[in-house]
Amino acid sequence: MSENKNASNGAGERLINGIIKENPTFVLTLGMCPTLAVTTSAMNGLGMGLTTMVVLALSNMIISALRNIIPDKVRIPAFIVIIASFVTVMQLLLQGFLPDLYDSLGIYIPLIVVNCIILGRAEAYASKNPVIPSLFDGIGMGLGFSLALTCIGAVREILGAGEIFGFHIMPDSYVPFSIFVMAPGAFFVLAVLTAIQNKVKINGEKKGRDMSKIQSGCGQDCLNCDTAGGCDHKFYDASAQKSKKEGEDR
Amino acid sequence: MLAQVKDLLLLMIGSALVSNVVLSQFLGLCPFLGVSKKVETAAGMGTAVIFVITLASGVAGVIYQCILVPLQIEYLQTIVFILVIAALVQFVEMFLKKYMKGLYEALGVYLPLITTNCAVLGVALTNVQKEYGIFTGMVNGFATALGFTISIIILAGIREKMAYNDIPESFRGMPIVLLTAGLMAIAFCGFSGLL
Repeated sequence: MSENKNASNGAGERLINGIIKENPTFVLTLGMCPTLAVTTSAMNGLGMGLTTMVVLALSNMIISALRNIIPDKVRIPAFIVIIASFVTVMQLLLQGFLPDLYDSLGIYIPLIVVNCIILGRAEAYASKNPVIPSLFDGIGMGLGFSLALTCIGAVREILGAGEIFGFHIMPDSYVPFSIFVMAPGAFFVLAVLTAIQNKVKINGEKKGRDMSKIQSGCGQDCLNCDTAGGCDHKFYDASAQKSKKEGEDR
Repeated sequence: MLAQVKDLLLLMIGSALVSNVVLSQFLGLCPFLGVSKKVETAAGMGTAVIFVITLASGVAGVIYQCILVPLQIEYLQTIVFILVIAALVQFVEMFLKKYMKGLYEALGVYLPLITTNCAVLGVALTNVQKEYGIFTGMVNGFATALGFTISIIILAGIREKMAYNDIPESFRGMPIVLLTAGLMAIAFCGFSGLL
């Protein structure tokens, strides 16, 4: 396919796309459960982000390699089995080599399976593109997710404990708001984050830019998603490819 | 006997209020934020979630105890649970559509929306992690789902009132809902004194 050779499939382009243009947390607001739950410290956020990145990159690669073999009708269950296998592998590896991280992430490691970002990327990108770009797409998205989680974790850790990555950085006179490392703090930090996102969106629209991809999450369930085209409308590259395809059909 | 009932009661209070599935564990956040605009729909969603989670934690418990443990393949739990839950939701929808018209009309719209896969899978995994039996697991599932229903109905009630308020432009929509959820989470922290 000619559209696979266009510039947006370069490795660097894929990485930047995931980290900045389509940052899964800051721009797309996908995968909120782990974002809120594990960001009690910067370290936890980073660990979760990197684990997700590995799963995302590997599952993207395999799904892309199998994209012509998997029948269209059973693609979602097939994707889920592939993703769940990698999650299980990562879970066992963490349990064996990083038991501390394994304990602090707990149940949220197996729950990576239901993270919308992974199934979303499989559906919107990996199932339509060659192996190497899909791998880099996964790495880019994963890095974007790790970056976002680390930032949120750092903010919560600084405000809630006066520390970052376990190092004490605030002056001794600083009394930590311990609420920020507790559950309510996660909601407050995310509320401020989405408010900033809204502000950027409103300002951008006033200046006439296309801000349609900045959104507030997905109220749908990936497994039983019945929106026409699934997650396609969420991502720049997928919707661009789609409109291109429609153009060709006409 | 009495001690067992007491234990189950404490477990229910713990799962429903103290470690509330949405407000302290962040599971099932998508429907919590997405389907909480009206009390009526929130209640429908809550009922559907109670139904599915109770059923799913029972089925997952049976499969874990009777298939995975004897074969010593417990490490496959994530893959097995997610497939079982996906199939179960589909099956429940078809079953209700065919045999229980009334219930289907009440819950049918919400079943495909059970974004709670996150919570459903979460409950099944928690049951395994805490080594609950099949029955205790179902009670835990029911209580967890009840906690979800309580919090989504409260949030919907607040959002109905909030619709008339003058909210700063950037905080309209998701941010103000998240702030509300945060305040609710503080209130739910108070329940930790119950146990």
